[in-house]
Amino acid sequence: MSSSVAERRSPLLKFFAWSFLISWLVLAAFPFFWTFWGSFKVEGDFFSKADWTWAIFGHLTQAETGGAFTGDGYHGAWIQEEFWRAALNTLIVVVCVVGISLTIGTLGGYALSRSSYNYAFWLLIIALMFRALPQITLVSGYLLPFYEWNLWGKLPTAIIVLVAINQPFTLWMLTSFFKNIPKDLDESAMVDGCTHFQAFRHVIIPVMWPGVITTGLFSLLLAYNDFAVTAMILSKENQTMVPKIASFLGTTQTKGNVMFAVASVVSVTAPLFVLVMFFQRQIVSGLTAGAVKG
Amino acid sequence: MKHKTFFWFVLPTSLAMILFIALPIVSVVMQSVYAPHEQVIVEVENCDIFGCKKSTMVDQDATRELREAEPLGRFVGTDIYTNRNHLATSEVGLAWQKSSSLRDFFSEIMNLPFYRALAFTLTFTFVVTPLVLILGFIIAVSVNSIPSILRGPTIFLSLLPMIITPLIGSLILFWMIDSRGIIGTLLQQLSGDPNLSMKASTPLTWVTLIFYGVWHAAPFAFVVYYAGLQSVPKDTLESAMIDGASRWQQVRYVILPHLVPLTTFIALMQLMDNFRVFEPIVGFNASAHAQSLSSFIYDDLGGETRLLSSAAATSVLTIVGISVLLAPVLVRTWREFGRTKK
Repeated sequence: MSSSVAERRSPLLKFFAWSFLISWLVLAAFPFFWTFWGSFKVEGDFFSKADWTWAIFGHLTQAETGGAFTGDGYHGAWIQEEFWRAALNTLIVVVCVVGISLTIGTLGGYALSRSSYNYAFWLLIIALMFRALPQITLVSGYLLPFYEWNLWGKLPTAIIVLVAINQPFTLWMLTSFFKNIPKDLDESAMVDGCTHFQAFRHVIIPVMWPGVITTGLFSLLLAYNDFAVTAMILSKENQTMVPKIASFLGTTQTKGNVMFAVASVVSVTAPLFVLVMFFQRQIVSGLTAGAVKG
Repeated sequence: MKHKTFFWFVLPTSLAMILFIALPIVSVVMQSVYAPHEQVIVEVENCDIFGCKKSTMVDQDATRELREAEPLGRFVGTDIYTNRNHLATSEVGLAWQKSSSLRDFFSEIMNLPFYRALAFTLTFTFVVTPLVLILGFIIAVSVNSIPSILRGPTIFLSLLPMIITPLIGSLILFWMIDSRGIIGTLLQQLSGDPNLSMKASTPLTWVTLIFYGVWHAAPFAFVVYYAGLQSVPKDTLESAMIDGASRWQQVRYVILPHLVPLTTFIALMQLMDNFRVFEPIVGFNASAHAQSLSSFIYDDLGGETRLLSSAAATSVLTIVGISVLLAPVLVRTWREFGRTKK
């Protein structure tokens, strides 16, 4: 009965749906495959105005390096320009941000989901307003104090700032997940003589992981993808990957350097690809957590 | 939950938000009413055999001392807000008097950097948001109509533009629309103009940025709508069919009302995210033709001389802007909250 809605579509409508969907998928995915493929070519092939098939078969790449593929861009970016250092910094920042923001966000989100007082509601609304602020406005508030107190340029500073900027979103998401865990669970534990914290520790923590993992994925994306904070707050030697790529662009008029940027762009994209592949379900459920459940 | 327990549970997260979100707002407000100290000028008299000459020079030590003693600078009140790079009150007043028509007035205003940034930001926000809603909805409906075995891969590919780092995503497109890139060359051939460049003209740059914005955000709307379509109440739909509702009537009276709250949610998130549009402008290297409020602040903060006061004033104006934009939502939430309390 329920599937009959879909079956009753006219063939014309179906045709439109299919062609629309295929064009969307090409639009969504083609740029990534194109850039991935092109990152193994030389600049003349990647930007091949003369003949676009060069970008596919690597005409100039063959002429310049002797093979249809070259890892020169990757070699130049990772070793010559020390992109590995930026990758390491990103790893440190991402791991710390996710760890800290989940720890403090879980505590706060749990409390917010279990309190029915007015101030809990207002805290969430204030968090929503904070979520709306463009990060760069906050960054311009940080710079002067950070210079004065000599905090500027260091990784821990960027980590704490990203944790704080992450909090409004983390709180909202975790609150909505915790609301789905029945209150009876922790309440009955407290009837049995647990304190609220013990109830949280022994009853809630074991069942909260699906929600926490989903929220963690989004904090990870936020920290990994950040540009506004890391570009302005980190010094050159502490740069993470995204601002590092931006600085490649600033200094790339010489031949070959564009390919460094292309190679590092692909290197940054690859982990995201893997992430979506493994956690697609969690990402989809996370995006809808705030919406569908009201 | 008891007040005291609640307090301890939310303490770490509130502390983080107060220290790094609330206080920075105070900090930008403070910075925006102070300007950097001017250099201390001293007058010195140099005497030699031809007589004495008076000259002025910068007293480096005194300047440094003054700057260290008062790092905020000197108090200038609202001067920074009203200067040419921000609200430009006198320039606007002058333009109002001079220009003969509204059109003249607006083109005059568009020469002022702050208003240009504001115009782009608002255009971007209010063009991208509805397009994202429409495109996301159509994708969701289409995906909903294909066999379920294909849905997984389709969702995977559709998520890519959203999950990608905004700066990286815009770079990928930027290289493709470069006049030597594949899309750029294609467009040149289609239009028959071998010198066509998306980067060279203001309208084309705006179109590119808006295109990028829709490409980047459509998956979000799609996923939310798609999940919404999965949870359409089947009983209501069935009873509507039994009552003889046509397909259109089912869509109109059952499915769409079910999706209204989702639309509000997506629109709210999109308003916030599009208003802060920033990375694409850096990625597309478009700041000559399009400047958003965020990228305007970024340009002030970067570079050799960091214009902290100017950036702070723009930040305050941006915060005011987003508050105005979200005020209706807040008022509505407040009313709804009052209703549920009763």
